[in-house]
Amino acid sequence: MAEGKLLTINMGPHHPATHGVLRLVLELDGETIVKVTPHIGHLHRGIEKIAESMNYQQVIPLTDRFDYTAATLCNMGYCTAAEKLLGIEVPKRAQYIRVIMGELARIMGHHLWIGSHALDIGAMTVVFYTFRDREMIMNMTEEVSGYRLTPSYLRVGGVAKDITPNFIKYLREFIKWFPTAVDGYNTLLTDNIIWRKRTMGIGKISAEEAVNYGLTGPSLRGSGVAYDVRKAMPYSSYGDFDFKVPVGDNGDVYDRYLVRMEEFTQSLNIIEQALENLPEGPVNVDNPLIANPDLADVEKDISALIRRFKIQCQGPEVPEGEIYHAVEGSKGELGFYLVGDGTENPYRMKVRSPCFILVSALEKMMKGHMLADAISVIGSIDIVLGEIDR
Amino acid sequence: MTMDNAKVLEQLQGEFADAIVADVDFRGDLTIVVSLEKLHDIMLYLHDDKTLHYDLLSDVLGIDKMPREPRFEVVYVLHSMDDFRRLLVKVMVPEDVEVPTVTDIWKSANWPEREIYDLLGIGFSDHPDLRRILMWDDFDGHPLRKDFPLRGKDFDEKWNPDTIQVL
Repeated sequence: MAEGKLLTINMGPHHPATHGVLRLVLELDGETIVKVTPHIGHLHRGIEKIAESMNYQQVIPLTDRFDYTAATLCNMGYCTAAEKLLGIEVPKRAQYIRVIMGELARIMGHHLWIGSHALDIGAMTVVFYTFRDREMIMNMTEEVSGYRLTPSYLRVGGVAKDITPNFIKYLREFIKWFPTAVDGYNTLLTDNIIWRKRTMGIGKISAEEAVNYGLTGPSLRGSGVAYDVRKAMPYSSYGDFDFKVPVGDNGDVYDRYLVRMEEFTQSLNIIEQALENLPEGPVNVDNPLIANPDLADVEKDISALIRRFKIQCQGPEVPEGEIYHAVEGSKGELGFYLVGDGTENPYRMKVRSPCFILVSALEKMMKGHMLADAISVIGSIDIVLGEIDR
Repeated sequence: MTMDNAKVLEQLQGEFADAIVADVDFRGDLTIVVSLEKLHDIMLYLHDDKTLHYDLLSDVLGIDKMPREPRFEVVYVLHSMDDFRRLLVKVMVPEDVEVPTVTDIWKSANWPEREIYDLLGIGFSDHPDLRRILMWDDFDGHPLRKDFPLRGKDFDEKWNPDTIQVL
């Protein structure tokens, strides 16, 4: 093509490789990307505005709809933030159960990522294996919470109900099986020459640039910065567990891939430790204004019934104050900024969405690469549009 | 040397004594309230100083405190990758006053500032690309303002069963 003559093409919002409704306007010089303009907002539901009219417990199902591939982690972010604002600490058993469910959700999120990422680049096989194993986690989530994709299992002050013996049985089977499964994914991709050629040296970003662009999570760790909120500012008993934070060297698509693949193993490691050391005790805080009474009591005892009704309809009163609390979501630092004004409703809830910032750095990572590499860069940062648009 | 909240505050007060309006230490996180005129200088100092070195700007967010004056607050969430410290910087913004952008210091401020402009209607001076981001371009109003109705502005006309037309 003649020098200086650029071709503008529109990618999305229905393009399957954009993982949702992301629209990119790409300017091409031949096949080389010169400029990228992302357009978002197609999935904007105004969750932050809706949350202002709900009480603190009612917000939980909304948070499931941020990152619906790993919904429990969004619950975790919101609930721990609300507890920080309330100034309460949940019992040890509830913290451990949250860790187990959260890490299962992280594995679930990474399953969807590697499946669709490989599918986009042309490796059809992987998605069948990851979805087979994702199904196992879905069944476990269903067993414990009643839902598969958006469990809303956590509550402010604990979890909805204790885990069941069946869940533990399934979990033990999963722990036994999963290392074999991860080996399988590795066999399909890690040394695959086509995979390496499509991913090595693509979408490079140096450590300083990655920090300056606000990248977090596996995308930042791929560039060699060991920032993991679980280690940096431990919450929900993460300090009790022994796990590694994998980092990459080059900050390209392949390194981000390796980091996430190692996170499968580390997450399983954490789950194993949490299950072995699972303490006995209650799963909700001992505070009648926050924790729901047992359902068995509600059926027999009028005061428990009234209390449950009051908690569900009115919710706890939250002190005045403003807090920021972050957890490690499956995509990066998932932060909640909550403003309490002494009433039952959050005055303002702001979500720090990791994917939102990742998409703003797309241009930096795509510039100078071929059009086909745009697909692998989008796959490597693992975005979920529910979280970007909120 | 590890820095705790007290040390960070001490150093900042030594450097910008009159620009730091207030400081709050709530649930372990330090929030400093700074004056709007000195905001950019303080942010540059927080980024460039070798001991503070807040190199990751996690988020920028706005709060509408209507009917209080000044009406808006803008909060910057900063992290240091050296020892994973957190600092919240807050600035009070009256209506129709622009905030100096920090996009020249942290690239990650770009989209969050656009989001504040879109949803709360606070302008940012010298921002490279200040457009609406979540709402569409010809949308009227700023949804996260407290005087914006939850159901949207024209809900009653649009969804009135007497006037609604089925094509």
